[in-house]
Amino acid sequence: MSEDIFYKSVTELSEMLSTGDISAVELAKTFIERKNSVDDKVGAFISCDEKSTLVAAEKSDGRRAKGESLGVLDGIPVGLKDLLAVRGQPLTCASKMLEKYVSPYTGTAMAKLESRGAVFWGRLNMDEFAMGSSCETSAFIKTRNPWNLECIPGGSSGGSAAAVAAGECACSLGSDTGGSIRQPASLCGIVGMKPTYGLVSRFGLAAFASSLDQIGPFARSVEDAAILLEAVAGYDRLDSTSFNVEIPDYRAALSTESLKGKKIGVPKEYFGVGISSEVSGLVNAAISRCVELGGEVVEISLPHTDLAIPVYYIIATAEASSNLARYDGIRYTHRSSEAKDIVDVYFKSRAEGFGEEVKRRIILGSYVLSSGYYDAYYLRAQKVRTLIRGDFEKAFETVDVIMTPTSPTKAFKFGEKTSDPLSMYLSDICTINVNLAGLPGISVPCGFTSDNMPVGLQMIGKAFDEASLLSYAYAYEQSCQWHKAHPKL
Amino acid sequence: MEYEAVIGLEVHVQIRTKTKMFTSVEHKFAEPPNTLTDPVIWAFPGVLPVLNFEAIKRTIELGLMLGCQIPEITKWDRKNYFYPDSPKNYQLSQYDQPLCLGGGVEIELPAKNASEMGEHRIVRLTRIHLEEDVGKLTHFNSDSLVDYNRAGTPLMEIVSEPDMHSSEEVFAYLTSLKNTISCAGISDCDMEKGQMRCDVNVSVRPKGAEEFGVKVEMKNINSISNARNSIDYEIKRQIECLKKGVQIVQETRRWDAQLGVTQSMRSKEDAHDYRYFPDPDLMPVKISAELLESIKANLPERPFDRQRRYMADYSLPYSVTSVMCHDNDLCSYFERAVKVYDKNPKAIANMLNNDLLRELASAGADESGSEADFEDIFGQPDSKAEDSAALAKKRLAACKITPETLAGLVKIIDSGVISKQMAKDVFVEMFKTGKSAGEIVSEKGLAQNSDSGELEKFCLDAMAANTKAVEQFKAGNEKAINALIGPVMKASKGKANPAMVLDIMKKLISQ
Repeated sequence: MSEDIFYKSVTELSEMLSTGDISAVELAKTFIERKNSVDDKVGAFISCDEKSTLVAAEKSDGRRAKGESLGVLDGIPVGLKDLLAVRGQPLTCASKMLEKYVSPYTGTAMAKLESRGAVFWGRLNMDEFAMGSSCETSAFIKTRNPWNLECIPGGSSGGSAAAVAAGECACSLGSDTGGSIRQPASLCGIVGMKPTYGLVSRFGLAAFASSLDQIGPFARSVEDAAILLEAVAGYDRLDSTSFNVEIPDYRAALSTESLKGKKIGVPKEYFGVGISSEVSGLVNAAISRCVELGGEVVEISLPHTDLAIPVYYIIATAEASSNLARYDGIRYTHRSSEAKDIVDVYFKSRAEGFGEEVKRRIILGSYVLSSGYYDAYYLRAQKVRTLIRGDFEKAFETVDVIMTPTSPTKAFKFGEKTSDPLSMYLSDICTINVNLAGLPGISVPCGFTSDNMPVGLQMIGKAFDEASLLSYAYAYEQSCQWHKAHPKL
Repeated sequence: MEYEAVIGLEVHVQIRTKTKMFTSVEHKFAEPPNTLTDPVIWAFPGVLPVLNFEAIKRTIELGLMLGCQIPEITKWDRKNYFYPDSPKNYQLSQYDQPLCLGGGVEIELPAKNASEMGEHRIVRLTRIHLEEDVGKLTHFNSDSLVDYNRAGTPLMEIVSEPDMHSSEEVFAYLTSLKNTISCAGISDCDMEKGQMRCDVNVSVRPKGAEEFGVKVEMKNINSISNARNSIDYEIKRQIECLKKGVQIVQETRRWDAQLGVTQSMRSKEDAHDYRYFPDPDLMPVKISAELLESIKANLPERPFDRQRRYMADYSLPYSVTSVMCHDNDLCSYFERAVKVYDKNPKAIANMLNNDLLRELASAGADESGSEADFEDIFGQPDSKAEDSAALAKKRLAACKITPETLAGLVKIIDSGVISKQMAKDVFVEMFKTGKSAGEIVSEKGLAQNSDSGELEKFCLDAMAANTKAVEQFKAGNEKAINALIGPVMKASKGKANPAMVLDIMKKLISQ
């Protein structure tokens, strides 16, 4: 069976490019055609620029012809969540507010990809300003889950996940504030990783919650995720929260033997109320497989787990209320044509430009920061955040990796949770803590529900030890090959 | 009843760094609008701030000069408010962990006699923190324009305790602060360019009361004289309110320099809730002991310390030090001159502070047209005295009389080559041509006549011509001798050595 080119892994495509089986331009055209044939169903792309993608691919071919290939990513079409800054490209954050905005500069992670020869392909859909878990808050389009077009792809990086799952790009970048990479990866049956806070520069990532946001990869295999992560990781002077650590060769560190003798922490709090039995069944089976691969299960407790949602929705909204203040109708954002004075410009432009969920979070965030409430909410939440981080630190004294479900349920239907924000917020119950603790987390496909919807296993690692985490995920992935399954479109 | 004013100041000073506080764009004055900007200044999606460590160091430097404590950990907070002068709609500032705590500013109050040193006291400081300046709005009838060139400029805020009680003290405080900061090279403190601005908090209370009265804030005072005038007005207004039994409202008032009154801007109820919280984009900064030590090791001398040192080491009278010691250029001019000729620092200081500065100021009077335009554009200039002093200073660098030639002039006066009277002409010639005193003296044949034989002849002639004066002097009228010396000077064409003439004349009369 000859696999479709658009479902091949980055390593396979790179091999084809270097042997001359395909040119970068042909490869770009393959993904452009794929996008044109399936995206009216999937709806992953907010916008794309075929011409500039082909120009970049042509340059890649030119380098290769001269023997100056920039490596494994040279010529590989990479999709970007529509909140990542590339000079000359639109950046909408899936919001009317930024409908006409074009970024005048390129962010660090994207510049690093460019320097490796990656070809940018498409601006991918998301929840507005990354606020949501289903992509339904996008002001522009509906992204559907490639495995079942009646279901949501997850969010907020739903477009990035769906595009990779549907073979519309080779891999993509998203951002994860409370699960926005791992949850859609899980629901779309692909690999998605949130690195340790500080590993990837946030310069050029439109901020939602600065102390939680991280850029990370989506890919159809752990190896591809490792390649993409290695390209974007590393200290950046322009991001004061980026960490100066040596970036190891993640790909070289991958080993099918990596789980041997490792202690796998399984926190009881992640298998209780709210987790669908089908999901926990598949995740438990995956953990059993990891034991077969040489791991040892250690039951652990992360006692502050249930405080994650309130803490997250205080810290994240507080930061967001301030981060989104710049979208004010004055300089580059939507400005209301009804505005008569300066106060009007603010009120009307923001009323028209922001969607419901964004407004809800700005109001919530402004409230928890207001004078008289700061200590009771924001300061207290920060203290609990320290406790949550402490839970993980304690656990990692005895275990090497923690395994949990990524999402409490499989992909749900459109509209199922939009009227009940709280139930939507609970979609991130398994992932949020990892952001609050600043740790790396990866979602790997771990099987399918009875109605053939993918489910993901979340592995949580030690800070800045992405190499081990990727290797554990790789060992599991290679033992069961769930990642080889693709949706029929 | 007698009332007492209580005044505290928040002074903002732009720090003279090459680049802005949180990005690498330069900051300068009077560039075309919105040219000193980048994506960070515009607050485009995805940009992040990067701390300017030079600004941190300069702030600590001032803190150490003013005796502040420097806490080990400092952090940045977001001050949230919507206004187009702030592109992010929050200002990066420091809320509860500023760079400097405590300390004080030494001030000098005017003495009754200007030639004597006034009373010195310390105005205590609450804190000094570091933040970013905002953009500048220009309002027109139907719209407003914004210039972000100023946005993001490193800005210190120096907060005093409510430790002052009169506009004189505020004047002294601002002057001392300005001198200290500009002598340290931390800022030029040019108020016309907005490099130094202040907010003034004023309240009044019955004299002797412990409790503070209701506080009124006056924002963005842009000159020292405006500070003085607005405070005088506000104290008077508040006392009148109290006398009439009218409640003083806690509010922010604007000083209208044209009308000479303060006007209400907003009351306490309209005050912003700034929703301060720690900026998650910037890490707290640890100030290492090594950094503190290296700053301490190179701390500039405070102007008042320099003044006391000059008075002690050079035996200078207060009056010549009161301007010079608060100005680095004058001091380095002085010290260079003293290095060339160290026998008479007082004469050098006098010549520099009196003759040279006066000459520089008047020489500039004709060409001050450009400065006048400047005032028109940027509003209320400071008093003329301040202007001419600043101008004189500016011209010192280009002055044709160098410290070396000035020292040379003092030296030939001291050695009796020329008289003080002649020295004035030589000085003017030096100022015009840049030639040394020696050159001028020899070119013009101005050397003093110190030939005792010839001088004795002049004296005898003068005595013969005015025997009445001789008799008067003998009778005890010392001044009568002047009537005899005048003709000697005339006969010698002004070249007679006056000290010798006096000696010879006295000797001849008493013979």
